[in-house]
Amino acid sequence: MPRRDDIHRLLIIGSGPIVIGQACEFDYSGTQACRVLREEGYEVILANSNPATIMTDPDFADRTYVEPLTVPVLEKIIERERPDALLPTLGGQTALNLAMDLQKAGILERYGVEMIGADAEAIETAEDRHRFKEAMLEIGLDVPRSGIAHTMDEAREVIAELGLPVIIRPAYILGGRGTGIASTPEEFEKVCANGLDASPISEILVEQSIAGWKEYELEVMRDRADNCVIICSIENVDPMGVHTGDSITVAPVQTLADVEYQEMRDAALACIRRVGVETGGSNVQFAVEPGTGRQVVIEMNPRVSRSSALASKATGFPIAKIAARLAVGYTLDEITNDITGETPASFEPTIDYVVTKIPRWAFEKLPGLDGVLGTQMQAVGEVMSIGRTFTESVQKACRSLELGRLGLNCDPAETLMDELSDDALLDALAVGTPDRLFQVEAALRRGIDPDVVYDRCRIDPWFLDQMLMITEERAHLAERSAGALSRAEWRRAKRLGFSDAQLAYLWATTIEEVRSARVAAGVTPTYKTVDTCAAEFEAKTPYHYSTWEDTDEIAPSDRPKVMILGSGPNRIGQGIEFDYCCVHASFSLAEAGYETIMVNCNPETVSTDYDTSDRLYFEPLTLEDVQNIIDVEQPDKIVVSLGGQTPLKLANELPPELVAGTPPASIDAAEDRDLWNKLCERLGIPQPPGGTATDLAQARAVCEQVGFPVLVRPSYVLGGRAMTIVYDDEQLVSAMAELAAAGSLGREGGLSAERPVLIDRFLEDAIEVDVDAVRDHTGEVLIGGIMEHVEEAGVHSGDSACTLPPQTLPPHTLDELRSHVTVLATELEVIGLLNVQFAVRDDQVFVIEANPRASRTVPFVAKATGLPLAAVASRVMLGSSLADLRTEGLYEEPGRMGHVAVKEAVLPFRRFPEVDAMLGPEMRSTGEVMGIDTTFGLSFDKGQAAAGGELPEDGLVFFSLADRDKEAGLDVARRLRRLGFEIAATDGTAAALRAAGIPVAVDVAKIGEEAGERVDAPTLIEQGRVVMVVNTPRGRGARADGAYIRTAATAQGVTVITTMSAALAAVHGVTDRRAYPLEVRCLQELHEPSLQLTFDR
Amino acid sequence: MTIRDGALVLVDGEVFEGEAIGAEAPISSGEVVFNTAMTGYQEIITDPSYAGQIITFTYPHIGNYGVTPDDEESRGIACRGVIVRELARRRSSWRADGDLDTYLRERNLAGIGGIDTRRLTRHLRDSGAMVGAFGTASEGELLAAANAEPGTDGVDLVATVTTPEPYTVGDGPWRVVAYDFGMKRNIANLLGEFATVEVVPADTPAADVLAMEPHGVFLSNGPGDPEAVEGAPEAVRQLIGEVPIFGICLGHQILALALGGEITKLPFGHHGANHPVRDNRTGTVAITSQNHNFAVVDGSVPGADVTHVNLNDHTVAGISCRDVPAFAVQHHPEASPGPHDAQALFGDFVELLESVHGRTA
Ligand SMILES: Nc1ncnc2c1ncn2[C@@H]1O[C@H](COP(=O)(O)OP(=O)(O)O)[C@@H](O)[C@H]1O
Ligand SMILES: Nc1ncnc2c1ncn2[C@@H]1O[C@H](COP(=O)(O)OP(=O)(O)O)[C@@H](O)[C@H]1O
Ligand SMILES: [Mg+2]
Ligand SMILES: [Mg+2]
Repeated sequence: MPRRDDIHRLLIIGSGPIVIGQACEFDYSGTQACRVLREEGYEVILANSNPATIMTDPDFADRTYVEPLTVPVLEKIIERERPDALLPTLGGQTALNLAMDLQKAGILERYGVEMIGADAEAIETAEDRHRFKEAMLEIGLDVPRSGIAHTMDEAREVIAELGLPVIIRPAYILGGRGTGIASTPEEFEKVCANGLDASPISEILVEQSIAGWKEYELEVMRDRADNCVIICSIENVDPMGVHTGDSITVAPVQTLADVEYQEMRDAALACIRRVGVETGGSNVQFAVEPGTGRQVVIEMNPRVSRSSALASKATGFPIAKIAARLAVGYTLDEITNDITGETPASFEPTIDYVVTKIPRWAFEKLPGLDGVLGTQMQAVGEVMSIGRTFTESVQKACRSLELGRLGLNCDPAETLMDELSDDALLDALAVGTPDRLFQVEAALRRGIDPDVVYDRCRIDPWFLDQMLMITEERAHLAERSAGALSRAEWRRAKRLGFSDAQLAYLWATTIEEVRSARVAAGVTPTYKTVDTCAAEFEAKTPYHYSTWEDTDEIAPSDRPKVMILGSGPNRIGQGIEFDYCCVHASFSLAEAGYETIMVNCNPETVSTDYDTSDRLYFEPLTLEDVQNIIDVEQPDKIVVSLGGQTPLKLANELPPELVAGTPPASIDAAEDRDLWNKLCERLGIPQPPGGTATDLAQARAVCEQVGFPVLVRPSYVLGGRAMTIVYDDEQLVSAMAELAAAGSLGREGGLSAERPVLIDRFLEDAIEVDVDAVRDHTGEVLIGGIMEHVEEAGVHSGDSACTLPPQTLPPHTLDELRSHVTVLATELEVIGLLNVQFAVRDDQVFVIEANPRASRTVPFVAKATGLPLAAVASRVMLGSSLADLRTEGLYEEPGRMGHVAVKEAVLPFRRFPEVDAMLGPEMRSTGEVMGIDTTFGLSFDKGQAAAGGELPEDGLVFFSLADRDKEAGLDVARRLRRLGFEIAATDGTAAALRAAGIPVAVDVAKIGEEAGERVDAPTLIEQGRVVMVVNTPRGRGARADGAYIRTAATAQGVTVITTMSAALAAVHGVTDRRAYPLEVRCLQELHEPSLQLTFDR
Repeated sequence: MTIRDGALVLVDGEVFEGEAIGAEAPISSGEVVFNTAMTGYQEIITDPSYAGQIITFTYPHIGNYGVTPDDEESRGIACRGVIVRELARRRSSWRADGDLDTYLRERNLAGIGGIDTRRLTRHLRDSGAMVGAFGTASEGELLAAANAEPGTDGVDLVATVTTPEPYTVGDGPWRVVAYDFGMKRNIANLLGEFATVEVVPADTPAADVLAMEPHGVFLSNGPGDPEAVEGAPEAVRQLIGEVPIFGICLGHQILALALGGEITKLPFGHHGANHPVRDNRTGTVAITSQNHNFAVVDGSVPGADVTHVNLNDHTVAGISCRDVPAFAVQHHPEASPGPHDAQALFGDFVELLESVHGRTA
């Protein structure tokens, strides 16, 4: 069946902002889909609110709407664009839910839009857990026993039958909220009550807990002719009870016999057929009882998922691309396998290596969480590694994480576990945590019987034995030394995955020493190919990984070559924006005639797609691994400034002549406090007064000089890690103590002699500004964008909303900013990107920091203005001048914008109600969205809707303000009243409002002082009476009332605003929304200068 | 485990270093082939079709889930050795009653581990299947052994694996005679579900078979070159038209030969569990298990249609006679190991029996 000719225009919905559980894997799948569908000649209309994605680049779709993913907005888009079909299966849960909402609202029918890939019936069957179970039982598959309950009594009846432990899952919730496992009657009461509470319809599924069973996933594809294939099988190292997204997983499955695997395969095929996913990829999860082999189905995701991205990277089979082709009518046998170029896609990939995925979490940034892994996903990113064996693969994955680990222990950080007694260690590893794998190795190293370890952690004995092999090898190596190792011994150690750095630690020598001894013994890595077929056919795609075998498969060309170092695992502070930059570098440099070589280890990304760059090395971004690739590829230049902090950290250790663009010395000059201060002084650019300190005494001296409040932070970190605002000496003592503790462990952000603490005067009530610029080798500077932050300085730039163009800065300030940036760029000898952050107070401009590298805002600037900043910067780094690039037509000098673009941060608090939602200098957002419209108010309003914090229409707004905010609060409250909102306030705030003649409808008690009618704020919020909370922090004090208020609001899904500037922006949003009708515009229209001001109003 | 250094030497002089595993043997030789299935090593090792061959597993970890009598595809071991990247030290499975290394020792089968199996696979893919020898002997001795190894072309390997005496399996209503060219156990099991199966030696004359008055005849899988199998093509020629016939793998090739078709040797064969086979009559694709080095030449079989095609290289994967009740497939619908996608072919055989003999058995 060839492609369908009865449809021409396709609507694809992206997954919106990066949130926990839905990361950039959907940018990868969406980008692939957009590309192939356009290749097939379809017109693609894309809706996605996330400007940091590659898919929303105007080149990837015919019409790109960076608009909120809500029903009214989608209806507008559909009305304007009249697509023939909607493909909902490539944008994660967000797209699937939205498609279902559009269907239920009758919109698809009204405009004659066909849902392709999966229809509503299939989606319902898979998504409704109860229906899904019935369907599975109907086709003879086993599922965990369960019952439905609407009350505590009903729930108790269910467990009378099932017994404990059970897992409780509320109906109709997002992201596993209210889910939990109960092992005791007390826990049961608590978890059930939570669950009933979390479900909007007070319904929970009480299911027999099978925590401790083995967990598996199969990635299935189906076409219109009912051909079904399994693309990849995945085994979770962590047993059931730890969400697959939080589990260490391995492909292919390791501990199932063929008989068992085929049983599972049959079940997965039966499942996709019964659920009725017509075409495309699905993910089916299974659990297997270790002692009996009993298999049960856990769930099915009727769409491309996080695991499909992993499966695609793990096998080389591009699931999303093929799913898109299948959706428009092709069958699997009509599609050629890209990798072999000859055989068809209707086969099952077979691999000859082992893939390991390890998630990465951000618990250190989310105080209030216990760091225990459970049935709800908490990871913010992941790494994948490829090795010929599990041992090699798992050690590579450990060092890919960038947590300072050099492998599976055998590094300085392992000493952390030394303090634990055997019992304490076993207790620790019995619980799923980010440290479990390392604890398991430590236990094995102490000689604890693997069977005892198994009993506690339920990690399959096969995996434990593999880890024991690493442990035993280490014991053997410890007796030896670098110079004494035979070739066979070297090979054995490397084949078990030991890094040179681990060996250097073991032998108390240097990495260089280890490396030269190894090379002298003739042991260097070989590069093999990911080819979907275990070498049965020749591979046409150069997708490689290193291993320690006999022969290489790479044939480096003699074309001019550029190596691009990627950004590693996603984490808070370093996410998809940097992948965007790397991918653009690859595209633009390829176009300019270079061979591009990508190095990265993040399976969720577009950069690790085998057809993004000329060659792909799926490798850890450590010095050893990168150096090895340099040795074989001999690149002419290496791009280190687009992948965030990851490659930048390596810059100093690479040959300086290879580093493209800005010299590493300049990076140091901007990062080294002394050099930087001198530079600013010389240039006459004011900075907040400050100094550096390596101990408390020095810190006190600095504070004496600059006065409180001060901002205290470590050097060389991204995302404001461990940054605190300190108001007095007491806080200073505790802040310094914390940093000192981290330093001794060699952790990110720790304090040590080489890495002193930076202390600056904290500028209160200043407007923060971000500027992105590019400077070329001739000295010309291009100002890409000036972004005015909505929240004041003190809220990390990554967490605050910002607007482009600026709204309140006067022309002379803008000129001053431009001139500072130009001077700084020149002085730092920047060739490429420069991001400078400023704080503007009382008309005075202070520079906060300058980063001669890609910033988080590069993609936002590109989407807001149409300026391809990353592409321009990449070319400039390789020697083009800006003038050349203009001649070439790569970009035009930006003109005046006819619209306003607002970026809004997306925070993880709704997933973690126990974490305080207050914003501060430590970044905690996971993603971002963009609102784009004709006024600031409208764009801000869209941004809020896109971020999931829709501004209310009317109702009660609760105010609780710090004294210094009371005056600004009056203005906000007055305007809200005028818009028809009612006000509730705590005593002090209420008094201030009344004194200004603003009526307060509800008086709210302080926490713990409830009396009669007067309830406290959390209660008021829990009663569902509040539509928005405006609560500004008091600045000091322990967990103040404010924290409880914000927590209650987050739990209830009520919008929380913690700064006056944001509150004012919200007022603008509501005002403008009422004044103008909803309009949507695509980037292609907005970026076309002749079409400026194309909004209808 | 003490390490016993060993090597594999191919007849073209290519050397691979590794360490000996399994039974102790200074030299083992045979035709070296690779199998790309990721599970099912025990079924593969016990598959009689590998007679005369040394099996390279492309998946690096072999032995993870141990061994069990349930996974044996024959009682003996016909292959000449196994080549792996990494043999599991510890097995983990509720099904297992032993580990692979011990099993190999008990069955007196030698193997070699630690080999860069990907390099070997690419070499065989590019240069074609070839003979080789491995073991703890010197490289020179191994090369000499490789040179002395006859390989599988023109060798009647079936005679080495067929049953010496007839025997009966299954108790289904149909009466089927199965030619044992090296039949896998699961084929007998699946036939036995609907038939009482008389398993006969490969050289059984047609007259003896017809004397048993079977409802149908089954031609099994088996090792090597079909043209080298003494007597079988002739016997089958006499059976065609007399009784419904179903063949698998070598049985497919022998049916083709009996019909006057031609056979060719593939460059490195098909050995794996992921081969797409299209049924030309329905257009659907099955993922199949395959294990053969020879194939039927497309368009060479008089009176038969090509019903199945291997989509990887468009070789013939199934034929069906137009005028007589006989059909066969090159792949393995019985799986073991591998996907069950093609298992309905056994049902097709039952339908054929029904259509020839009327509804009831
Ligand atoms: N019955 C159960 N007992 C114990 N753990 C379970 C059970 N069902 C699911 N889990 C665990 O919870 C995780 C999430 O459940 P799942 O149904 O996959 O939901 P999600 O939609 O969040 O992926 C699974 O990965 C598994 O580890
Ligand atoms: N002196 C200061 N006064 C007020 N706020 C500041 C000051 N220095 C930094 N900040 C705030 O802290 C945030 C993080 O600081 P920054 O130097 O940009 O660190 P990072 O490298 O993590 O981006 C800034 O975005 C800004 O809001
Ligand atoms: Mg799941
Ligand atoms: Mg900053």
